Amino acid sequence: MTKMHMVAALNQALDQELARDPHVIILGEDVGIDGGVFRVTDGLFKKYGKDRVMDTPIAEAGIIGASTGLAIAGLKPVCEIQFSGFMYQGFHHIKQHLGMMRMRTYGTFTCPIVIRSPATGGIRALELHSESPEAFYVHCQGIKVVMPSGPYDAKGLLISAIRDPDPVIFLEPEKLYRSFKEEVPDEPYTIPIGTAKVIKEGKDVTVLSWGSMLRLCMDVVQQYQAADIELIDVRTLWPLDMDTILKSVKKTGRVVIVHEAPKAAGMGAELAARIQENVMLSLQAPIIRVSGLDMPFPQFALEKYYLPDANRIIRGIRKAVEF
Amino acid sequence: MPRKVIQQFPVEYMQILDEDGNLDKNLAPDITEDTLKVMYHMMTLVRTFDRKLFNLQRSGKIGTYAEVRGEEGSEVGSGLAMEKTDWMVPSFRETGVSLTRGADRVKVVLAWNGDCRGYLGEHGKARDLPVNIPIGTQLLHAAGIAWACKLKGEKNAVVTYCGDGGTSEGDFHEALNFAGVYKLPVIFMVQNNQWAISTPRKVQTAAETIAQKAIGYGIKGIQIDGNDVVGVYYAVKEALARAKNGEGATLIESVTYRMGDHTTSDDASRYRTDEDVKPWEKKDPILRLKLYLQKNGMWTDEYGKWVQDECDKEVNEAVDKALNTPLPPPEDLFRYIYEKPTQDLEEQEKDLLDALKEDVK
Repeated sequence: MTKMHMVAALNQALDQELARDPHVIILGEDVGIDGGVFRVTDGLFKKYGKDRVMDTPIAEAGIIGASTGLAIAGLKPVCEIQFSGFMYQGFHHIKQHLGMMRMRTYGTFTCPIVIRSPATGGIRALELHSESPEAFYVHCQGIKVVMPSGPYDAKGLLISAIRDPDPVIFLEPEKLYRSFKEEVPDEPYTIPIGTAKVIKEGKDVTVLSWGSMLRLCMDVVQQYQAADIELIDVRTLWPLDMDTILKSVKKTGRVVIVHEAPKAAGMGAELAARIQENVMLSLQAPIIRVSGLDMPFPQFALEKYYLPDANRIIRGIRKAVEF
Repeated sequence: MPRKVIQQFPVEYMQILDEDGNLDKNLAPDITEDTLKVMYHMMTLVRTFDRKLFNLQRSGKIGTYAEVRGEEGSEVGSGLAMEKTDWMVPSFRETGVSLTRGADRVKVVLAWNGDCRGYLGEHGKARDLPVNIPIGTQLLHAAGIAWACKLKGEKNAVVTYCGDGGTSEGDFHEALNFAGVYKLPVIFMVQNNQWAISTPRKVQTAAETIAQKAIGYGIKGIQIDGNDVVGVYYAVKEALARAKNGEGATLIESVTYRMGDHTTSDDASRYRTDEDVKPWEKKDPILRLKLYLQKNGMWTDEYGKWVQDECDKEVNEAVDKALNTPLPPPEDLFRYIYEKPTQDLEEQEKDLLDALKEDVK
């Protein structure tokens, strides 16, 4: 066990998987000598060389499209898109090829690649550096979508993603890269994709969140004593762990979903729909969504108004509890 | 303050068999009668298959089909130049290449009839990708596959295809750029058939040739007569040898003509005249090879009839078998979304099957 930041945990996961499996390669913009703009791949170029850790031209469609081919031919590309706001340049490969190749060839060709990308806001970054795109990729289908909320989960989920037989989009909350440390086992371990995690048990209201919003919800659990909150880190947005979520809702009867993406057609809508489909009679209040606003992510001078904060989350919890 | 020319790049053109059936032996010193007859036979097969699928679509028996007609020289020539271990990454008009590389004829018909079992091959062994419907995206997959071949130290290469229209896509640029930067063993075969649905070649690019685009990426480029099956064969062979020898990628502009509509959903008479098409009839790839065989005592009418009969038989058998293949069951939909179906898919499968059993209309 070593106490480390999420950026170090991710680095360790990549390092250990590069060492374990010679098919694993890393490619992306500035991932080589520079170690990536957030330093997630720091030191790996030096350790594994230019045929395992490869700097690419600045071409997001190129990185994702070439990774598709690399995977078809039997390698395991773990590519980095420098910011998820630039992943749309390669969106057509994700939607039209990564998610479809297995289906349209009856499993003859598969594309088990991992696309890692920094996501979400709160660090006063430049325009288009703070996106919450998880719902787009869930809607593609044929893809798995993961967003860890801390160092321990980040390492275990990334190793799982690399070993997964299907394409995985791995969104890393920029705000959490270096915001806190956690004990992380030194050896490799996996956290199954498709499992949520109960962070804190409670009996009055279920709060569902993921990524950096999950951390904020943890603070709220400490601050807000008027109700006994059960907090769940959804952490894999696709496939969803509905068993864990429904079990909790059946117990509490009240749900608040907290996410950073815009409310309209966000993952909160999907979760709310599934909850009412399955356990409507357990519900004692409308399902409340606390989310980013229905607008493009603003430039950073006003980003704090876009992002849900503890105050807005508590207002949401109150609405559910006091209904 | 000098101002001077610092670089000049020649653009090569090659034709070996001209439209009058004359063959330049210097450019094809080892060509044999056997090879020429394989070319003739295969081009005839492709044309026969093509005509059959076109007719099947017209009679409502299969889905939309993209005709190869006129481009058999480019497709068969390149297909024959490849080894079985080389990868083939097509657009959607390379039915002729697939057939040349030995694709199961029944499966090719199934694939054009919306049945993905047509693309079923052995995982880890298949080297022919399925048709690619979006324009140009396949070029990056080809670059990636070539990259994998290189990283794994395999002695094979990739041939990928797009049309003149495909060269306008951003992915064309990114793929050629990757191929240049990493010196990848990939051949970009641009089937310049003069038309991208209704838009003529000059609307796609102001460049005089497509071959010269290679210069910007530091890879080799050549323009060839795409209706000359022998020239195509040698150009692709040479490019493959270079690729496998670590000399990197080649862009081949294969100048040909789309004699048919874009697909069976198109009507080319809306945007081009018979006068546009007419000059290309006498440049036909099959006709010119027949002329050569006739001039050089390699042709008899019996041979010609035998080839056509063989092709008819092969095509009819495949089509009969394909059209008599029962549809895949609905369960197949759920098998290949992920390696293991998610809980959602399992539930949706059950729900669909229940709905199919219980007709409440």
